[in-house]
Amino acid sequence: MTKKQKKVLYRIIVAAILLVAVNLIPVSGYWKAILFLIPYLVIGYDILRKAVLGIIHGEVFDENFLMAVATVGAMILGEYSEGVAVMLFYQIGELFQAVAVGKSRRNITALMDIRPDYANVEDADGDLEQVDPDDVEIGSIIVVRPGEKVPIDGVVAEGSSTLNTSALTGESVPREVGCGDDIISGCININGLLKIRTTKEFEESTVSKILELVENSSMKKSCCENFITKFARYYTPAVCYSALALAILPPVINLLLGNPANWSTWVIRALTFLVISCPCALVISIPLSFFGGIGGASACGILVKGSNYLEALAQTKYVVFDKTGTLTKGVFQVVRIEASEEFKETCKVEKEKVTTEDATEEAVAEPANSELLLEKTMQQLLRYAAHAESFSNHPISKSLREAYGKDIDNTRVTDIEEISGHGVKAKVDGVLVAAGNAKLMQKLGLNYAEDTGIGTVVHVAVDGVYAGYILIADVEKETAAQAVAALKVAGVKKTVMLTGDSKQVAEHVAESLGVDEVHSELLPADKVERVEQLLAQKSKKEMLAFVGDGINDAPVLSRADIGIAMGALGSDAAIEAADIVLMDDNPEKIALAMRISRKCLRIVYQNIVFALGVKGLCLILGALGIANMWVAIFADVGVMVLAVLNAIRCLKVDK
Amino acid sequence: MKKTYKIEVDCANCALKMEEATKKVEGVADATVSFMTQKMKVEFKEGADENAVMQAVLKACKKVESDCEIFL
Repeated sequence: MTKKQKKVLYRIIVAAILLVAVNLIPVSGYWKAILFLIPYLVIGYDILRKAVLGIIHGEVFDENFLMAVATVGAMILGEYSEGVAVMLFYQIGELFQAVAVGKSRRNITALMDIRPDYANVEDADGDLEQVDPDDVEIGSIIVVRPGEKVPIDGVVAEGSSTLNTSALTGESVPREVGCGDDIISGCININGLLKIRTTKEFEESTVSKILELVENSSMKKSCCENFITKFARYYTPAVCYSALALAILPPVINLLLGNPANWSTWVIRALTFLVISCPCALVISIPLSFFGGIGGASACGILVKGSNYLEALAQTKYVVFDKTGTLTKGVFQVVRIEASEEFKETCKVEKEKVTTEDATEEAVAEPANSELLLEKTMQQLLRYAAHAESFSNHPISKSLREAYGKDIDNTRVTDIEEISGHGVKAKVDGVLVAAGNAKLMQKLGLNYAEDTGIGTVVHVAVDGVYAGYILIADVEKETAAQAVAALKVAGVKKTVMLTGDSKQVAEHVAESLGVDEVHSELLPADKVERVEQLLAQKSKKEMLAFVGDGINDAPVLSRADIGIAMGALGSDAAIEAADIVLMDDNPEKIALAMRISRKCLRIVYQNIVFALGVKGLCLILGALGIANMWVAIFADVGVMVLAVLNAIRCLKVDK
Repeated sequence: MKKTYKIEVDCANCALKMEEATKKVEGVADATVSFMTQKMKVEFKEGADENAVMQAVLKACKKVESDCEIFL
C-alpha cells in the first residue's frame, strides 16, 4: 500500500469507530446532526472538496459529485447513519480498487521482469564496475556472471554458458551459447562467465523493445474500452437528470392530483439512484482485464501490441500460414536413406571380411545382425555422400554433413569435380563417388531408383555402381500438426497455407498437417493478393490472422487483420511489423494466444453484463422505493469489488 | 512528434477525463492516457511548442482531476 492508501485506510477505521460511537450517544435534533458530521467529514472531506472543485471547473457530473449530493442529501433528510455509511463504503471501494489495481500492475510487471538493473563493464585494470545499461556504448565489453541478466544485445567474446530464456519466450528449455554466438538481452546466464561485446545500445536492445511494446500495449484501446468511454460520457449525466426528475416529478404530479407530495420519500429515492449509478465498476474492470490478459500472454512468450488485437484474436475465424519457417523448420534435413541392393551386397562382403578377422566380437552382436548391417550400410552411403559434397556450401550439402554428424576429413577427398546442374564427382579414400540428381545418374549411364517422397533426392554412385539415394526435405515442426488441430478446436473455420514452394511439396505438407486450403508457387506479392481475396470473402466480424516468420512477409503481416510473427527473438523487423509477436517458433502458441484472448473477452463481457445488469436492476428497484441506501451501496461498491476480482482472473493462463 | 510522460492518477474514470481534456488542448493532435501503466502519450501538432503545450495540458488535467500529476 502506498502512503496515500494507508492514509485513507486510517481514515476509514477512524470514521467507522466514530460512526458506531456516535450511534450509541442518545441525543436528538441538531446535536445529533452535528455529532454525525464528525465521522462524515473525517471520511468524506476530500470527496466534498473534489465535488466543489468539479463544479467550479464546470466538470459537474463525476462520481465525486454523485457521492457528495447523495450523502449531503441523506444528511439533510436526517438519514445520518446512511449518509456516513455511503461515504464510508464508497471510500472502502475506492481503496480496494486502488490496492487491487496496484497489485495486479505489480504482478504484470513481475511477469515481465526482464529489465536489467546494471551492466558490468570491465575497465583497463580488469576490475568490474557496475554501470547503468543506458551508459554502455556499442562495442564495449560487458561481463555477465552466472545468475545475472544479459543487459544488452551483443556477441559472446569469451566464455560459454547456458542461458535461460524463459522470461522472453516462456520456454523452459535452456539455450547453449559459446564464443562468437549472438546473445540477446533479457536472458539469464545460468552457469558460465560470459564476456560480451555489445552490438547495440540499451535503447535498441531486445529487452528495451519488448518492455516498450508491453508498456504501450494498453495505449491501443479495444472496442470494449472505447464503448465504455463513450458510455460513461452519456451515462453519468443521464443518471443525474433521471435522479433530478425522480426527485421532482412524482411529488409535483402528486400535488397536481391533490395528494400529499411526499417530497422526502422521493428525494431519498433519487439519492439512492445516484449512489447506484456510479460507473466505476465498468470503467476500471475492463482495462484491467485487458491489461491482465496481455500480461498473462507475455509471460508465455506471446507479446500482444494492444488490447484491440487481443480482442480481434478472439474473433479469429481464418488463420493463414506461411509454410517455410512457420509450419516447417525451414532447414533441410535428411529424411530417408535408401541403399541399392548392389551397395548392400558390397557392404556385406566388406563386413564378412571383418567378421572372419574378428570373429568373437561379431558373435556377440549376432542377433541384431541384419538391422545393424542395414544401419551401417546407410551410414556408409551417407559418409560417401557427405565427403563428396564436403566442399560445397549448398544447403543440401550442409544437411548431408549434419546428418553424417562426424567430422569430415578433407584430406580423404581428392579429385573433386563439380558438374553444374548435376552434382559432384570426387574420390573418397581413393574410391570414385558421384553424388547428384537423376540427370547425373543418366549421364553416368546408371539405373537409379525413383523416389515417390517429397523433397530433394541425392543419388549416389560408388565405384561406378549405383549405391542408392538420400532424400532431403524441409521437415515439419513437431508441434505443427497439433497446432493446426488446436486452432480448429479453438473455433477457427479455415486454415490456409501459402507458400512459394512447389505444388507437390505444398500439398504433401498441407495434407499431413491437416491444413484446409493450400496455395503454392506464390511470389511474395501473390501472397498479399491471396490474403486480400480471403479478406474480401469473409464477413466483417470474422477476423483473419496471418502467421509468418516476419522476415520477408512484412507486407502480408500488415495487410491481415492480425499479423502474427513467430520466432521473433532477436528479430527487430518482425517485432516492428507484427501485431502479435511469438517470441519462440512454436506454432501451438497461436491457439494458446486465442484461448487467452477468449478468456479475457469472456471476463470482459461477464463484467459488462453483470455490472450493467445489477445496476439496472437496482436502479429500477431504487426508483420504486424497494431498494434502500444499503442496497445502493452494494450496487456500487460490491459490484465494483466483484468486477475487479473477476478481472484479475485474466492474469492466470491455463496452458 | 510523440512523447510519453509518467503520470499519477488514482482512478480509471479520472484517467479517461484527463485523456478527454488533453485532447482538447491547443497543439495536441492526439493523446492517450493509460491508467494501468500510469503513462500519458501525447502527439503534438506540427510546430507546436512542447513545453508550452504540456503546461496547458497539465492545467487542463488539474481542472478535471485536481489530484492528478504529470511528471514533465
